Amino acid sequence: MDQDRRAFLLGAGKMIALTGAAALAWEHVLAGTPEAAPNYVLTDHWWGMIIDIEKCIGCGNCVRACKVENDVPREPGCFRTWVERYQIDPADVEHPVVDSPDGAYDGFPEIEGPVDRLKIFFVPKLCNHCAHSPCVQVCPIGATFDGPDGVVLVDKQRCLGCRYCVQACPYGCRFIDPRTETAEKCTLCYHRITRGLTTACCETCPTGARQLVDLKDPKDPVHEFLRTHKVQVLKPQMATGSKTYYNGLDGAVR
Amino acid sequence: MSGRFKDYEHVLRMAALFVIGVVVFIAVRSWMVPDDFGVYGFFRAGALDDNRAHPLVYAGRAACVDCHSDLVEERKGSRHEAIGCEACHGPLARHASGEDDTKPVRPDARATCIRCHESKAGKPAGFPQVNAAEHAESGPCSECHNPHRPAVS
Repeated sequence: MDQDRRAFLLGAGKMIALTGAAALAWEHVLAGTPEAAPNYVLTDHWWGMIIDIEKCIGCGNCVRACKVENDVPREPGCFRTWVERYQIDPADVEHPVVDSPDGAYDGFPEIEGPVDRLKIFFVPKLCNHCAHSPCVQVCPIGATFDGPDGVVLVDKQRCLGCRYCVQACPYGCRFIDPRTETAEKCTLCYHRITRGLTTACCETCPTGARQLVDLKDPKDPVHEFLRTHKVQVLKPQMATGSKTYYNGLDGAVR
Repeated sequence: MSGRFKDYEHVLRMAALFVIGVVVFIAVRSWMVPDDFGVYGFFRAGALDDNRAHPLVYAGRAACVDCHSDLVEERKGSRHEAIGCEACHGPLARHASGEDDTKPVRPDARATCIRCHESKAGKPAGFPQVNAAEHAESGPCSECHNPHRPAVS
């Protein structure tokens, strides 16, 4: 009888402590998956990135490092991160000239013609790891998803290559891997950040224009940065919940 | 009476078909949907591990300082201190782990510098930049500037 009561109380306690999704996750933890390394707790993180336009020199180090780290094909249109150069004529701010030769893999050539009156700056782009991501919403089979730690990932085993997500991304951050015919995108170097390292692009950025941030870490300098700088996200009107914050962004950037 | 019995049979057949349909649906669904689908949301939980399984290529600067403390000391206080070692010396996870005898790249002491420091429209005003051809016509920048401590004393 005592045993029964103990078992009942334990069961009831577990039920209360672990309701709904947490109970499901607990089942999985008991089964030994999916978190192989015990010291990375999915729910302790909420990853994002800060990009400081005022520091970017357009050298393309991030683009090259990303290609090497993530084995991204050297083909046109295959970029997990790339850098754009904006040239804005104050007389025609609605029509900025934007170029990104080979994604800035080899940096940028000098601009031909007079540049005195132009506002010129570099904008590194990558997946914005949206909290309410359009690409995740359109995937018919759950092959792309935002994880509990705020990173938007692709399940390459499941992906059919239907290209809905490529069209849905308002930032143009996705492409189809020509080798596997599946969707590809920035994983925020998921294999690195879950091991306590920063992303390859942040690691090799010489000016610190890119910074990986963990919005759930109270000690992360991001909180101070967001409070003291005028940061913006791209296309805020789309309410994507982007977690890539730009400091010093010109309103002309799309 | 027999007519009414036949009507009843029709309904039974329909019900049987419906039940078979439901059973087939459940069977096919459980066969096709992975076991760990839906643990965290509308996706396969194992996909998180798949994404984590990718091998490291860049070791990260923390791995360098264990052995190369002399260079850490040399860079201390210089304008290049905050730059990751692998930004110039290439990806070195294999070197750091001792997996094979990968050696750090010795960067071209002119092309590597120019990539960042060549004067170009659009670079932030405070960033140190020169017109390389005017500044030093040829030869490696390292003749005057130590890349780990670039200020000329």
